[in-house]
Amino acid sequence: MIKSKIRKYHAPVWDEPLVMDLSAPGRRGAFAPELEEKIAKATSEPSALIPASLARKTPPSLPELSEFEVQRHYLHLSQQTLGMMGISLFGTCTMKYNPRINERLVYQPFVAEMHPHQDPETMQGLLEIVYRFDEILRSLSGLDKFVFQAGGGADAAYTMATITRAYHASRGELAQRNEIITTTQAHPCNPATAAAAGFKIITLPLEEDGYPSVEALKAVVSERTAALMVNNPDDIGIYNPHIKEWVKVVREAGGLCFYDHANFNGVMTRIRAADIGFDACMYMLHKTFGGLKGGGGPAVGAFGCNEKLIPFLPGPTVEKNSDGSFYLKKEGANSVGRVREFFGNVPVVIRAYSWTRAMGIDGLRDAANISVLANNYMEKRLLQIPGVTKALPELTQRRLEMTRYSLGELTAETGVNCIDVQNRMTDYGVDAFWLSHEPWFIPEPFTPEAGELWSIEDLDYWIDVLELVCNEARSNPEMVRTAPHNQVVAKQGSINLNEPENWATTYRAYKRKYKK
Amino acid sequence: MSQVDPQLPTPHPFMANSAPGSYKELLRVAEVKEIEEVFEQIPKDHLFKGEWSVPSALKSEAALYKHLTGMLKKNISAENYISFLGAGCWQHYVPSICDEMVTRTEFATPVWGTPSSDHGRNQVWFEFSSQLGELVDMDFVGLPLYSYGTAAGHALRMASRINGRKKVLIPASLDPERAKVIYNYAGFSELEGHLEIIAVNFDPATGRVDLKDLESKLDNTVSAIYFENPNYLGIFESDAAKICALAHSVGAEAVVGVDPISLGIIAPPPEYGADIVVGTTQPLGVHMNAGGGVGGFIATRDEEKYAREYPTLQVSLTDTLVPGEMAFGLTLFEQSSYGSREHGKDWTGNSVYLWAVANATYMSLMGPEGFKEVGNSIIQRARYAADQIATIKGLKITWRDGFFKEFVVNFDGTRKSVSQINKKLLDKKIFGGKDLSEDFPALGQSALFCVTEVHSVEEIDSLVKALSEVCA
Repeated sequence: MIKSKIRKYHAPVWDEPLVMDLSAPGRRGAFAPELEEKIAKATSEPSALIPASLARKTPPSLPELSEFEVQRHYLHLSQQTLGMMGISLFGTCTMKYNPRINERLVYQPFVAEMHPHQDPETMQGLLEIVYRFDEILRSLSGLDKFVFQAGGGADAAYTMATITRAYHASRGELAQRNEIITTTQAHPCNPATAAAAGFKIITLPLEEDGYPSVEALKAVVSERTAALMVNNPDDIGIYNPHIKEWVKVVREAGGLCFYDHANFNGVMTRIRAADIGFDACMYMLHKTFGGLKGGGGPAVGAFGCNEKLIPFLPGPTVEKNSDGSFYLKKEGANSVGRVREFFGNVPVVIRAYSWTRAMGIDGLRDAANISVLANNYMEKRLLQIPGVTKALPELTQRRLEMTRYSLGELTAETGVNCIDVQNRMTDYGVDAFWLSHEPWFIPEPFTPEAGELWSIEDLDYWIDVLELVCNEARSNPEMVRTAPHNQVVAKQGSINLNEPENWATTYRAYKRKYKK
Repeated sequence: MSQVDPQLPTPHPFMANSAPGSYKELLRVAEVKEIEEVFEQIPKDHLFKGEWSVPSALKSEAALYKHLTGMLKKNISAENYISFLGAGCWQHYVPSICDEMVTRTEFATPVWGTPSSDHGRNQVWFEFSSQLGELVDMDFVGLPLYSYGTAAGHALRMASRINGRKKVLIPASLDPERAKVIYNYAGFSELEGHLEIIAVNFDPATGRVDLKDLESKLDNTVSAIYFENPNYLGIFESDAAKICALAHSVGAEAVVGVDPISLGIIAPPPEYGADIVVGTTQPLGVHMNAGGGVGGFIATRDEEKYAREYPTLQVSLTDTLVPGEMAFGLTLFEQSSYGSREHGKDWTGNSVYLWAVANATYMSLMGPEGFKEVGNSIIQRARYAADQIATIKGLKITWRDGFFKEFVVNFDGTRKSVSQINKKLLDKKIFGGKDLSEDFPALGQSALFCVTEVHSVEEIDSLVKALSEVCA
């Protein structure tokens, strides 16, 4: 039953042209600093300083606009981005408030205009925050050291794959240990990064309990096992209660165990990776710890490990001197080197530290409680909507911070699928929901994550909009299939963008292919 | 403010449902009596029972601000002192509008959205790729990667997938930061997909790739030659066309790294034969952020052979159900790790997409004239600085000609180490150049100085004065 007053909404439509099409010859948006006379007099013309073979002959055909025109263009485009302006319950990504104080801080020169190769003496404040945050994550995980070089969750998974390589190579066992075990419910970045690092992938399928069995794991663990890479709970909201035994089985066989803690929000302050037995884990600072998403980074996959793996960590690491000052320590001989240049996305670490200090340990506990409770609240209401079913309904224990649902029944009845529903919900100012990572094991999946940010009224509104759209799917399926109707632009057309004659990732390709 | 009921959360500004009424309503509808009920899946022996060493909350923003600025004010930035550090992260001027755009909540906080509802952001991405395509003269450009080094690493793996060869040549002059990433991406010989990396010497007389050494290491088992323009030591590879031709002569790919802020005055790599162009995006409107500002890109000709090997996501201009309307959709998603897990092309994930907003804004502001001006301003300032430093007794500019914004200063004549000199420069409120003595022992006591458009003549002169004092 719809509880909320459904708002009148329409996305801003500026019909904004491409910036290249706004260009007028001779307009200027910015000048470079003019050369002082002293330099001009003492120095040859630029043309004499550039090797003749490398001089640019044709200027790049970039747009020419005045400064205000550039500003207004990108402001229009920002307004044409729904994102968090409405309600975003994008599952697996833990949509949170990104405290504005952090933007106020990280764009000041004491963060923005710092250089990674500065003398550590001049970076003490920054190194202190990184170190303190490392300490906080050590406490939350029980592990011994965290690094922030990985530029996202997938990059942290890659870090694990490369540490696995270096660890087994140091023991002379790498040629033999070339398999990494994961599950269908692990994020695709786990098998993908492990494969890119050179490992063979073994993926265990789900069984009736909602996770692969210990027996299935035992059947594939061997002297070839290099590591296990798993998440828990998974995106369906199922917690594998046998995870301690899993870890034990893999470790006894000589493999390493990596906990992809992408879904940490619901278990925060209840379980610790090290207590379960994991050698390493990953937290997403741009998700669980209040750093912003940026539409896909800059992000940090904070990578933590136990003493055994510290020698293999990428460098440099932030350490504390006995006098209380901080320094950057070079990586050792067994280190994986770098997964990315420098010691991390420092502004993201500062945001995460700031968010964690604003929450405090009690706030983290409350956030976990609220997010799991809110998911259970949503489940009660969502399952009352005809056409909505829950993944693995026979598993009746309460789900954690996410539940995966299916619109399969609605699709069978009306022909309206989950992408149509997703599109139509945006007509009410509701950001796209998350469907499911590959592989889908239920039809027409969707995965909302309530989190601790959104109010009960927001959650109700989201649920009501879904119910409204399900009703519309029955009364006017064509309208839903052709949605959105209140958005910036209409539904994407039928051009197959996987064909070379159709794709155009740049303006020049577009002109060549479409404006002949 | 005291919380009487221990069953209830403490109201918090970041959590609407921490208010008692809302929380109780959640409990009621969810039919939960005790909060532990919702955690029933977690076995009791998994639960942590010890003490946390996480500090309690700094509840007010005012207290949090004081705490954080109390630490951050200990930092000395490149605005407090004059900095001549570059080496993979460079101080350029960031126009105010770039910062305005990346701090807009609409751009800063969203996660993904649909092509219709996040149309504005997708258009910015398309404009990022399009404008970068103009700068580098390529017509297929992916969304940004984590960094210059990761872009180079992925590009070399693309090249190997294209021609099936497993050996790549890289310059010995490469930035150790980027080189370590590339070595990491090349893998281990015990496992599949390993690339053998062979370093090509640089000519001590010029700082450029040693062509003889290159030719001696080149054969038809080489998958790709990687080099940069300008290279890490600041020098333009003026034999770029020759290097690319050598690559092509054995059927290898020519992979070239660039600093895009040079491309208003420097030829785009395809003009001298590059097949795959990579580079940094940080100079285009992104602050250094202690290294957190880095970003990278991959660009190629719009040919299937390349397009079908991209590890990134990319947006394409396309149509909608409304005739004449444009939208931006993903192309070649299935080959990404999201689409194909371990069978995808390497992997992708969160990257530095917000920086693409700054980059697009920067390129639109600068336009062709702005890029030409900034390039000229940089190359002349750097030359002026090098010429002035060369007049100091005991100092030598290792390579006097053919550099862009960075150049190597040798201090052997002073009998002092770079580390000693940089400590003394710091006393004079100057960050000296990046110490090369450990990474490039053959260059003796040398440092890589960086001069850009932000350095005024007074600042350069004060460096020269300080250097002559500390080297005396």
